[in-house]
Amino acid sequence: MNKIEAIIRPHKLDELRTALEELGVTGMTVSEVRGFGRQKGHHELYRGREYNVAFQPKIKVEIVIKEETTEKVIDLVRSSVNTGQVGDGKIFIYPIAEVVRIRTGERSQEAL
Amino acid sequence: MFYRSRFLSCIPLVLITVILLVGMAQPSFAQEEEAPSYVLQDDGNLLWTCIAAFLVFWMQAGFAMVECGFTRAKNAVNIIMKNLMDFSIGSLVFWLIGFGIMFGYNPFGFFGTDGFGLSGYDVNADGSTNYWTYAFWIFQAVFAATAATIVSGAVAERMKFSAYFIYSIVVTAIIYPVFGSWAWNGLFSGGGWLEDLSWLGFTDSNGDGLCFIDFAGSTVVHSVGAWAGLAGAIVLGPRIGKYSSDKRPQVIPGHNIPMAALGVFILWLGWFGFNPGSTTTLGGDLAVIAVTTNLAAAAGSVAALITAWFKFGKPDAGMALNGALAGLVAITAPCANVSPLFAIIIGLIAGTLVVFAVLMFENFGVDDPVGAISVHGVCGAWGTLSAGLFAQESFGGVNGLFFGGGISQVIVQIIGILACFVWTFGIAFLMFKIIDMTMGLRVSEQEEMEGLDIGEHGASAYSDFTIMAR
Repeated sequence: MNKIEAIIRPHKLDELRTALEELGVTGMTVSEVRGFGRQKGHHELYRGREYNVAFQPKIKVEIVIKEETTEKVIDLVRSSVNTGQVGDGKIFIYPIAEVVRIRTGERSQEAL
Repeated sequence: MFYRSRFLSCIPLVLITVILLVGMAQPSFAQEEEAPSYVLQDDGNLLWTCIAAFLVFWMQAGFAMVECGFTRAKNAVNIIMKNLMDFSIGSLVFWLIGFGIMFGYNPFGFFGTDGFGLSGYDVNADGSTNYWTYAFWIFQAVFAATAATIVSGAVAERMKFSAYFIYSIVVTAIIYPVFGSWAWNGLFSGGGWLEDLSWLGFTDSNGDGLCFIDFAGSTVVHSVGAWAGLAGAIVLGPRIGKYSSDKRPQVIPGHNIPMAALGVFILWLGWFGFNPGSTTTLGGDLAVIAVTTNLAAAAGSVAALITAWFKFGKPDAGMALNGALAGLVAITAPCANVSPLFAIIIGLIAGTLVVFAVLMFENFGVDDPVGAISVHGVCGAWGTLSAGLFAQESFGGVNGLFFGGGISQVIVQIIGILACFVWTFGIAFLMFKIIDMTMGLRVSEQEEMEGLDIGEHGASAYSDFTIMAR
């Protein structure tokens, strides 16, 4: 099993969720996060003075999936949130040691 | 079907209610025929003055929202508490002391000497209640609180709550009423020294002494608040992080611009009580003043946003909101003396002025988080001066410089503006210095970093959220 952790633009979340549901992904975790990459924040104007907002608001999506579907999900995430502009985000992939469903105690892929 | 039957079951109830109401209304038709079909002028004056007072009271909510929106989330409880407290303390103190000093018997023209707690003025000679004194008091009390609450914006995010408590007492007991007695005592008692300047040689063509024109208080209310705020901001010093190590002003963004915008709209509404209400008379003037007030506010907002657009490349929201207030403050003094066209000109100049004033005070090292000193001080002075320039006899009975009135009225206006600055800034500076040396004026560095909400009140405004601010 792998965990896909995708940092995406906030307004792209709905498109990504719809696409993942169509693929049959059964669950996902979403958090509001802030950070910077190559985009290096942006400038805003407040009462006549410009200032740098260093940390951009982003959405972090976490999905745990079967190993064999990893590439498919990566392609899907890229195709649904890609705008071609700097600031589209990144995808991180982690191996998952174990999954436990709290209610039943099921383990591994049964628990996904 | 279920919903339909429930809807139908309402019909009998509605019918019964209608029949009952019609039945009950029958006798009152007869009574109305006997009642006079007009309102007595005195009753009308009382009603309009009270309604205007209630509108001006609502400006407290406007100030609270503007100041809260333009400051950081970690200080939101503190700014709301300061706004609530200065009105509450102010009301009590103005009842006990302030009103008497401002409107009591004024033997020398420099302060009133009776009427404390309204004593002596609350009953007529025949022992009946003098309702007018009560209407006049509620109207003047909300004005005093308006002057008081302007300061909380200029000293926001760093002044101790206890120090602000003491300030609230002093401003409504002494600072505001003393200057008020110079310019407005004649509304109720004999008159202050600014109301007849014949002793300085300023007379009109009939030989009567010229009077300082400040119809609803650009100087008496707004500049008093602003110059006291300036003194507070200077004694306090800027917020931590407002200036970089090379003394360049930094941006500390406010946490809720829609809240600030709501505040400006509330203030704009309240101003229809502030200016038209200052007639304290039910009559046609109040409609003219409502028009000059609205046009100046609109012109101020447009001028500020166009100035910002040209200067910074974007129509800045904070500046446009300040611009509307700048127009309102400026038209407050001349609102009853100028034509609609000149109200627009006064507003346009105020809206332009406020953008440059905000930047100027920042560059001078005066940290005024909401722009109160620029809006109420600079534009208050401009509005007061404009009455001497643009007044027209057909509106307020006096001609200004541009309408053949000569330079005297302009000089009288400048005397009033300067007297206000010298008195208010001087005594407020002294007061804040004394507070600073005794009980302390500013919160500790650590408290300022963590936010005054936790330090002063042990609470947070948005407890379900993580506040990510500097």
